[in-house]
Amino acid sequence: MEEVPHDCPGADSPQAGRGASCQGCPNQRLCASGAGATPDPAIEEIKEKMKTVKHKILVLSGKGGVGKSTFSAHLARGLAEDENTQIALLDIDICGPSIPKIMGLEGEQVHQSGSGWSPVYVEDNLGVMSVGFLLSSPDDAVIWRGPKKNGMIKQFLRDVDWGEVDYLIVDTPPGTSDEHLSVVQYLAAAHIDGAVIITTPQEVSLQDVRKEINFCRKVKLPIIGVVENMSGFICPKCKKESQIFPPTTGGAELMCQDLEVPLLGRVPLDPLIGIQEFCNLHQSKEENLISS
Amino acid sequence: MEGAAEPGNLAGVRHIILVLSGKGGVGKSTVSTELALALRHAGKKVGILDVDLCGPSIPRMLGAQGRAVHQCDRGWAPVFLDREQSISLMSVGFLLEKPDEAVVWRGPKKNALIKQFVSDVAWGELDYLVVDTPPGTSDEHMAAIEALRPYQPLGALVVTTPQAVSVGDVRRELTFCRKTGLRVMGVVENMSGFTCPHCAECTSVFSRGGGEELAQLAGVPFLGSVPLDPALMRSLEEGHDFIQEFPGSPAFAALTSIAQKILDATPACLP
Repeated sequence: MEEVPHDCPGADSPQAGRGASCQGCPNQRLCASGAGATPDPAIEEIKEKMKTVKHKILVLSGKGGVGKSTFSAHLARGLAEDENTQIALLDIDICGPSIPKIMGLEGEQVHQSGSGWSPVYVEDNLGVMSVGFLLSSPDDAVIWRGPKKNGMIKQFLRDVDWGEVDYLIVDTPPGTSDEHLSVVQYLAAAHIDGAVIITTPQEVSLQDVRKEINFCRKVKLPIIGVVENMSGFICPKCKKESQIFPPTTGGAELMCQDLEVPLLGRVPLDPLIGIQEFCNLHQSKEENLISS
Repeated sequence: MEGAAEPGNLAGVRHIILVLSGKGGVGKSTVSTELALALRHAGKKVGILDVDLCGPSIPRMLGAQGRAVHQCDRGWAPVFLDREQSISLMSVGFLLEKPDEAVVWRGPKKNALIKQFVSDVAWGELDYLVVDTPPGTSDEHMAAIEALRPYQPLGALVVTTPQAVSVGDVRRELTFCRKTGLRVMGVVENMSGFTCPHCAECTSVFSRGGGEELAQLAGVPFLGSVPLDPALMRSLEEGHDFIQEFPGSPAFAALTSIAQKILDATPACLP
């Protein structure tokens, strides 16, 4: 699926393979045969697999570097504080898998069992899966086009033996592309509770996050709410607050009002988070996040 | 109109630089924008090609939101930001009907548009074309490199922030550059510390040292550290020329030094 005409009607459209712009496309015969119109059998398989997963939450942002992985990790740890709750953290950022490092699981490998791939357990009740566990070196680059990334996501959802899970938290890469479409499509039959959308206060982030909110609406993904991260910085010396990422257009608060989505809370910039992630300390700031 | 003999739209572009990072939110668009402005202030003609299709940030950073793209006889005319036409820009941001519209495309459609951006934009004569990319090592990056390869890009500027989580992703980007034969001109470490405007204490908000260590590890030049700078942030938010307006600001020295290193590393062209 490398060379697709600019006016491609879409593989699942009634015009697939038959439109004027399909002439010369390498996929023309495949589309015309109606192959694109049949649903992927994996969707039903994933629905079955997800029957043991009570709640599914996606953590999204249109913008990179706002703290999706940090938030996902702290949310997972926070929920796992209750030993009776079983938590699963799935990292579908195939090119930039940050979760292993943030959770202190670098170097861990995935094992196969009779019932599928075993997640890596950081606690008895907190299992993690990431493409990072499948790479043999920290320098390995995953240089994959969309279809191959989609295949990996399908495997993560269908072939990982999560067991009985109360919350599955899915950390995503920035954007509104293959990974996002795939996770929504593959989980379509399994019901996603909703998305938590992360932003930082400045307009450069908000303009991408508005697109993400529109993406959620387009694919009918409920929005649990927005978290504004890196919201203010308290100087450790003089204790005065500065806005490193200034909310020049009203920050997440105004955006949430305009787009009628809940603002779940604000998390300040804390230099300790970078140090924690580096030193793999297992304290977390989830109290702020859970209570909001 | 001439047929196959017509030179491509990049024939007048002397040097192409890609700005990459494995990690999102480290400042690729910021570095692309400020590098372009600094090169322009050094008297160069600069174009910026924004191939981040899902999150096109550059139009806003240069105060060009809402501008329209027009057709000319050689394809699309880029958006010129000044009367002298010394700085021009192409971004998917100009093609959206509404600014909040999401570009929800899979890889093949993104690849097709990027190829068009490379072959169908009438850049004219440029000293530098700076190509801003989204985070990652996927469709957009492969499409851009494939389309630009015949024009022998000068190389890649790789941007990171100091903390381990960024460096971890950027190591993979360096592998990507090696595998695709793209020369790494150097590493830029962004968000290197914040000086409190109240008491002047400098805090390593995003940890420290990662950029320089990464450059050493990978055997590539370390081009410099850019501190967190509220004046830079505001300029980007409001679409102003930071290089012109804030020469005394903390980030100015670092950004102009990086631009100078690029100028120094650029081979002289035959006239």
